[in-house]
Amino acid sequence: MSPWIFTASIMAALMLLAMVRMVKGPTSADRLVALDSINTLVVASMIVLAAAFRQVVFVDVAIVYALLSYVGALFIAKYLGGEL
Amino acid sequence: MILNILIWTAIGIGLFFNTLGVVGILRFPDVYTRLHADTKATTFGSIFTSLAVILYAAAHYFKTQDGQYATLALHAIIAVVVLAITNATAAHAIARAAHRRGHKPVQAVCDRLEEHNQP
Amino acid sequence: MLSFVVTALFSGAVYLLLTAGSGSILRFWSSQELLIAAIVAVVVGFAARGYFTRARQSAVLNPVRWLRAIGYALGPFFLEMAKANIDVACRVITGRIRPGIVRVKSGMKTDFGTLMLANSITLTPGTLTVGIDEETNDLYVHMINVSAGIESRESLEASELFGLFDCPARIRRIAE
Repeated sequence: MSPWIFTASIMAALMLLAMVRMVKGPTSADRLVALDSINTLVVASMIVLAAAFRQVVFVDVAIVYALLSYVGALFIAKYLGGEL
Repeated sequence: MILNILIWTAIGIGLFFNTLGVVGILRFPDVYTRLHADTKATTFGSIFTSLAVILYAAAHYFKTQDGQYATLALHAIIAVVVLAITNATAAHAIARAAHRRGHKPVQAVCDRLEEHNQP
Repeated sequence: MLSFVVTALFSGAVYLLLTAGSGSILRFWSSQELLIAAIVAVVVGFAARGYFTRARQSAVLNPVRWLRAIGYALGPFFLEMAKANIDVACRVITGRIRPGIVRVKSGMKTDFGTLMLANSITLTPGTLTVGIDEETNDLYVHMINVSAGIESRESLEASELFGLFDCPARIRRIAE
């Protein structure tokens, strides 16, 4: 088994685990924390999958995803803090 | 052979810290401590899994002189830098929002920010 | 004019970095990519010159400081980060925490220095920046393990948060 597919599947399992916290809550800030960690795991597994399939495009998508998810997290945080 | 050992070591360290980060999110009692586990452990773990990719790409570039491996390594480095900067800033924003919303840190021994806002 | 040149050069450099490996001019680039890089640099330079250089800090343009920043990120910062992660890993497993929010004197004069210090604090041992005092640049830091005696003190020095290196002094040499 190639190391990259192994790593990516473990990280997919971790995303499901983090989703438990996202469903349970209890507050919306907790859900945002879980969403943020899922975003990080998605970016990391995209980089790993780029090595698995030898596609450089995956890493470009990962960079864009990291920047956009950052903007999204900032917006939700502003909304939760009552500044929007 | 040595390359394989290095790659597996980096992947092992990375997955270990990623797992601990997610377990920390499930185990810790409140938003702030969960953010500790999330930002530190997940960022560090992702840096190490990406380091495995960078090692792999750099070694193949020196072996085959194929330009796409150099591009892969360079873009992975850029992605890691972006990830480290944005994660820290997003954690700061989430913590600030949680405090403005009125979440108290559980089991806290002191809260200077609360005293600053309501003197 | 200077802000346009700085913004255009920066965006062009980022574009060239992302397209390295496309051809053989200067070993890395194709002629089309160089042309598009020039167009992108001019357009982005006109569109974003007002935002990008708003802080008016010429010290950030010094290349010696860039080298110092890279050295800081690979050396002291990385070691502090590794230490922080082992610490957090122990706390996840044992569950022993003693949290609290303390006030930290940053000692930074510029916005960029405060940003770098806040990000370093967030990624290093047991600390997370929660808020900032806009007037004095002081930081409010959530610590996962407040040592005995610290909770009664009014404020801390920033260098007390880092265990191995004097990171605030290094950041001051990079950012201001």
